[in-house]
Amino acid sequence: MNGAEIIIRSLVDQGVEVIFGYPGGAVLPIYDAIFGQNKLRHILVRHEQGAVHAAEGYARSTGKVGAVLVTSGPGATNAVTGLTDALMDSIPIVCITGQVATHLIGNDAFQEADTTGITRPCTKHNYLVKSADDVARVVHEAFYVARSGRPGPVVIDMPKDVQLAKGDYVGPETVAHRTYQPRIQGEPSAIERAVKLIAGAKRPIFYTGGGVINAGPEASARLIEFARMTGVPVTNTLMGLGAFPGSDPQFVGMLGMHGTYEANKAMHDCDVMVCLGARFDDRITGRLDAFSPNSQKIHVDIDPSSINKNVSVDVPIIGDVGAVLGDMIEIWKRDGLKTDSQALKAWWGTIDEWRSIKCLSYDQDETTIKPQYAIERLYDLTKDRETFITTEVGQHQMWAAQFYKFETPNHWMTSGGLGTMGYGMPAAIGVQLAHPDALVVDIAGEASILMCIQELSTAAQYNLPIKVFVLNNEYMGMVRQWQELLHGGRYSESYSEALPDFVKLAEAFGVKGLRAERPDQVDGLIEEMVNTDGPVLADVRVDKVENCFPMIPSGSAHDDMILGPVDRAKREVTDAGKALV
Amino acid sequence: MTDVEKCSRRHTIAALVDNESGVLARVIGLFSGRGYNIESLTVAETNPSEKVSRITIVTSGTPMVIEQIKAQLGRLVPVHKVGDLTIEGPHVERELALIKVAGTGEPRVESLRIADIFRARVVDSTNDSFVFELTGASSKLDAFVDLMKPLGLVDVSRTGIVAISRGAESL
Repeated sequence: MNGAEIIIRSLVDQGVEVIFGYPGGAVLPIYDAIFGQNKLRHILVRHEQGAVHAAEGYARSTGKVGAVLVTSGPGATNAVTGLTDALMDSIPIVCITGQVATHLIGNDAFQEADTTGITRPCTKHNYLVKSADDVARVVHEAFYVARSGRPGPVVIDMPKDVQLAKGDYVGPETVAHRTYQPRIQGEPSAIERAVKLIAGAKRPIFYTGGGVINAGPEASARLIEFARMTGVPVTNTLMGLGAFPGSDPQFVGMLGMHGTYEANKAMHDCDVMVCLGARFDDRITGRLDAFSPNSQKIHVDIDPSSINKNVSVDVPIIGDVGAVLGDMIEIWKRDGLKTDSQALKAWWGTIDEWRSIKCLSYDQDETTIKPQYAIERLYDLTKDRETFITTEVGQHQMWAAQFYKFETPNHWMTSGGLGTMGYGMPAAIGVQLAHPDALVVDIAGEASILMCIQELSTAAQYNLPIKVFVLNNEYMGMVRQWQELLHGGRYSESYSEALPDFVKLAEAFGVKGLRAERPDQVDGLIEEMVNTDGPVLADVRVDKVENCFPMIPSGSAHDDMILGPVDRAKREVTDAGKALV
Repeated sequence: MTDVEKCSRRHTIAALVDNESGVLARVIGLFSGRGYNIESLTVAETNPSEKVSRITIVTSGTPMVIEQIKAQLGRLVPVHKVGDLTIEGPHVERELALIKVAGTGEPRVESLRIADIFRARVVDSTNDSFVFELTGASSKLDAFVDLMKPLGLVDVSRTGIVAISRGAESL
């Protein structure tokens, strides 16, 4: 076999069924190998960024590793945004990039880029393969690295001469990594300490993140079991939504900058915080010196570098969150432990008071569609089906997180860490390919959707029935909101001038276009959208100046939220706050 | 001094890594990308049969930053092991320098006399120059270089620190 054929064989043996890619000069031998087989399905995207996001959607909705194939030079550099996105959100991806022939490397050859150099800081690991005999080992190792420990993207740079050279194939079972052995089981004594802390807590909270999703559906099941046994309130990060049922009374909503008032207040006032697979990032903590000052903190994470990075914790546990939760449940049962029911009752009473503020309320009148209303209607009309939601980045993303309730893991795909506009539609394509019969909706904004609009062509080509639900307020809404709150209402370059007619745009791509302009048209639009067999792009004209609340303004403590327009009038953001992103 | 500077401390960190292409770039990129200091860095293959290199890095930071540096190094895929010699017990640190001094007459003789006191070896000599080889703690090298300045110091090349723990244990 030549190097290109070895790649295909290795991918197939790794269980890859779909690969997202775009051909070019430096990967032609691999495309030739794809042509001669039918085990691996290739999906032709329209831009390499879309290929990686599609693989991310595929990976996150299935728990498998996403596969990508792009050419050298611009193919590789276009993939960088997607790779960085996957790194920040811990999504397992293997991306094969073409490279100029080994004797040309370093010569500034046509479509040459230092791909391993460029992608070193935005991948978990990368390889430059110099011999066809190494190809199979490297591919198998790459899949192992991508999926093990804290998952992430891995790049394999394949010079063209290596693709053409003859080499030997080895199967996945023969490959063992000699250094990379992440720890799965947590330290038993630390877990014992953590469980004792939880049992003795008066105001505990479970703060859970994307790590629970990455640990697989069993981890979510254990989280639910442990939460039921203990009666502890649960909050999810943006990446963790779906790990705990969104409509469950024990769920206090998402936390963080646009999380619920009750979730952030509970985080601030708790006495024992149990962080499961989350990383205390700045969108969660607000001003660090005011973050949950009186709590003992337990942190379970598979990545040792997440521990004590932003917030020092009292009980660090390095391990797979599913395995650690299993151990915690076992100890709880073994010792017949119980939480202090009196204290917990009082704690829930306090939480219910915070809840009674109804921080997500909004006023829907008869003339203008509120974006929150559109998402609430979408939720009501799709919750009884198997529905996957992806998003772009901005206000619509936060509203989707606030108003769409996820009952199960792996049904919510969003760009959390990097905040990549353009993520949602290609991700929806990847999700739809993995779940052909499910409803897949990309909740989008009119600005974000234009960043990867070309992928509508991919959806059309493969007749993937994705639904793009654009909340069109004619503004880069989150930029406009920050300009209103922090920059005196000077709306510098945030108005989306010269927007296309989205219905005609959809039609130009061979896709159905729909529009709603009044609240009474929303239900009809959603019904028509979800009942259409092929892809749909829906242009929902929403209130142009609605802001996303509640909000922890930059530089503020996490319990110091702006609740809504009235509350906002009383607030000033400091200069130090303005410097924060 | 700010509070952060006050509790900032110098650490000598050793890492065993696979000697593969790009491994050094990975380590250096980690330090620059995350804003950590490198005061000195040395790297060489120490186990040729298994292609393992040892990297010695001298850095400084608060205990939280040092812990982060070690965790970040540890999660790099080609890294086998990371040790913090500064906190793991007594250790020996050495640095080697080659120091070129040019001159004739009394300063030339004086440089040789000082070299003798420091136990520096002359590894090259012309009629008007010496190259001294000196090993020792960095402070000893600093002192020697300072003394050579008025005597015709021309060039200094230093390796950066290598370090190893005392006693029978390996890293």
